[in-house]
Amino acid sequence: MKLQFSPEDEQFRAEIAAWLADNLVGEFAQLKFRGGPGDEHMFPEERKKWERKLAEGGWSCVGWPKEYGGRGLSIEQQVIFFEEYARAGAPGRMGHIGEGLAGPTLIAFGSEEQKQKYLPGILAGTEFWCQGYSEPSAGSDLANVKTKARFDEAKGKWIINGQKVWTSLAHESEYCFVIARTDPESKAHKGLGFFLIKMDQPNVTVRPIEQITGTSEFNEVFFDDAECDADDIVGEPGDGWKVAMGLLGYERGVSTLGQQMAFQNELNEVVALAKKNGAAKDPVIRQRIADAHIGLKIMRYNSMRMLSGNSGDGSLQKEALIYKLYWATWHRNLGELAMDILGAEADILLDAPYELSRLQSLFLFTRSDTIYGGTNQIQRNIIAERGLGMPKELRP
Amino acid sequence: MEFAFTQEQEMIRDTAASFLKDASTSAAIRSAMASDLGYSPDLWQRICIDMYWQALHIPEEYGGMGLGYVELVAVLEQMGRYLLCSPYLATVAMATNALLIAGTDDQKTEILPQLIEGKTATLAFNGGSNLWNAEAITATYRRDGNDLILNGQYRYVLDGHSADYLIIAAREEASSGENGVSLFVCPADTDGIQRSLLPTMDQSRRQAAIELTDLRLPAESVMGELGTAAKALSKILDLATIALAAEQAGGMQQILDITVDYTKNRSQFGRSIAGFQAIKHKAADMMLRNEVARSAVYYAACIADDALSAGPLADELAEAASIAKCYCSEAYFKNAGEALQMHGGVGFTWEYDVHLYFKRAKASEHFLGNSSYHRERVAGGLLD
Repeated sequence: MKLQFSPEDEQFRAEIAAWLADNLVGEFAQLKFRGGPGDEHMFPEERKKWERKLAEGGWSCVGWPKEYGGRGLSIEQQVIFFEEYARAGAPGRMGHIGEGLAGPTLIAFGSEEQKQKYLPGILAGTEFWCQGYSEPSAGSDLANVKTKARFDEAKGKWIINGQKVWTSLAHESEYCFVIARTDPESKAHKGLGFFLIKMDQPNVTVRPIEQITGTSEFNEVFFDDAECDADDIVGEPGDGWKVAMGLLGYERGVSTLGQQMAFQNELNEVVALAKKNGAAKDPVIRQRIADAHIGLKIMRYNSMRMLSGNSGDGSLQKEALIYKLYWATWHRNLGELAMDILGAEADILLDAPYELSRLQSLFLFTRSDTIYGGTNQIQRNIIAERGLGMPKELRP
Repeated sequence: MEFAFTQEQEMIRDTAASFLKDASTSAAIRSAMASDLGYSPDLWQRICIDMYWQALHIPEEYGGMGLGYVELVAVLEQMGRYLLCSPYLATVAMATNALLIAGTDDQKTEILPQLIEGKTATLAFNGGSNLWNAEAITATYRRDGNDLILNGQYRYVLDGHSADYLIIAAREEASSGENGVSLFVCPADTDGIQRSLLPTMDQSRRQAAIELTDLRLPAESVMGELGTAAKALSKILDLATIALAAEQAGGMQQILDITVDYTKNRSQFGRSIAGFQAIKHKAADMMLRNEVARSAVYYAACIADDALSAGPLADELAEAASIAKCYCSEAYFKNAGEALQMHGGVGFTWEYDVHLYFKRAKASEHFLGNSSYHRERVAGGLLD
């Protein structure tokens, strides 16, 4: 076991840190520590500009293979990139769905034409993507997708009908990748297709969802005879589930180390607050702060194990199975701790009508952490079934 | 960065696992529990002679293997997993570390080779407190010419009734806190030392009380400079704490495996109870705590290596030890309690092994500091 990075990796760290320090200035300075979870609706235009800046510096899609325009960074250097990105307080990525999901999916499953058509816009930070998976009746049971895709021979296009929900950044995106049922008689994960749909068309409607925070990062997306070119299905009709699941969890651990830097910034704020308002003298609060600190340290060790053990084939190990349940629960607890340190002040807003402080926003927004991307309960099913070989849930 | 066992370390771990699986069976544990000594002398000899585990992290110049703490932790994890009854933790994680950190060259040269051959040793420092630092020392020493005269009492001395050598912490009369702390090493049968076995709820590990009455030790028994051992003691305890946390993580793995197997085989309402979400979710939480515990222990083991070799992360030792022990203590007991619950009535019987882990979990939760103690140590660093 070895905890240190190599000298080459440390040199790389210095390079990205210097680039961020040189470029996260001027018009971009206001974006520091903005646009993260709970704040994703803020500064969309400025953050898109920042995406282009990143791309010009060669810092977009750093984990993509070089042949597709990425940097082809090693796991270690990707870790370093995400760590330094978060440490510098660089803004929440507008391009992360394209870079982290759409792009890798196309690289793995897309046709040559699809790669040439879509990858350059993601790389350049000029085209943004959203993800059309969840539906009102397909949450934890994602395979219960009802959205339909029917091929119109006369038009030579796919016609999409249905509703997606919890689509982040839908109103800021050029494209949406959608799983829809190509075989209307099919059930569950059979008979689905994976479509690349242009958002700017009259038959696509985006409606923001007002959340517990009073803000809207998530949307509903309605497809009413929306059109999709015949070439814009990834794989064959019926392959949708395979394509959609193909990269789920693949190297997901890498960007989470950056997420942990953001968590560290939040924890620092909580600690500073406790020192300032005297809560740090309360023995119970002291225990809870120490617990949060310990929990975050171990979260880092977990990811280091997960990344070191990466076999390269993207298969998930036990320490990867527990990752989502662990961080989501930790983060939600941090939100509660922040409120308990604030005490009565926790209820007082920054301003009317509903301007939340960072910690209030943390408290409210972290309730979603244990729900999206697989609820804690679904995570426990997955851990028990895949990690411990316990019987699968009964299915009708 | 490569935060995973090397092939050689995996081999050490796997060898330990297969040896202990055969040697530390339920029957063997129960036979050791019923003995006065608390362990099988035959098995101890095999561990020393065949496995050479006492020698793992002793430098080659003293006849050891010169390996690191990661290797040690790999073995300790398996000892905890198979609930080995042995004086290993006392001899290696407490006394050997004390000699390596605080011993004089003469002491190391004389005693370490004996420990490698199978002699045992332990550390006595706690006068009966729930603090696990210099504050816990109540025994005192005073000078008498070149000799030192020691008086006082100790509790919670692991294998203290049977150890061949004792490392003793005492404070100068009228001193307090970290001042005036000294460490001594002497044969356990020296006149003036009275040892008595403390009956324990966790019968897989023996504890003793020790009373010193005008114990006269020569100056050569002093480890390092007289009166300045507080820092060394703290380091010794941190290393021992990491070792105990490794045992805890191992115990958690076994209790999880035993329990998942049991639920798969136990049928109620016409199906295996492992299929019920109420059971699956408990098991999933147990696995999460198990993996998290292991991450904390492996990290601490790497830090321990740095601490023993003056590596770059040596300063993190106290925090890494507290993080590991804090997490593992609560997690092991929580998992053992859930295991008992998931076994239902048979988990409450003497016949099934669940209670052995349940009791070991509670005993090791408090030994060397429970979770609140270690959290407060971490809090002190953050908030004061």
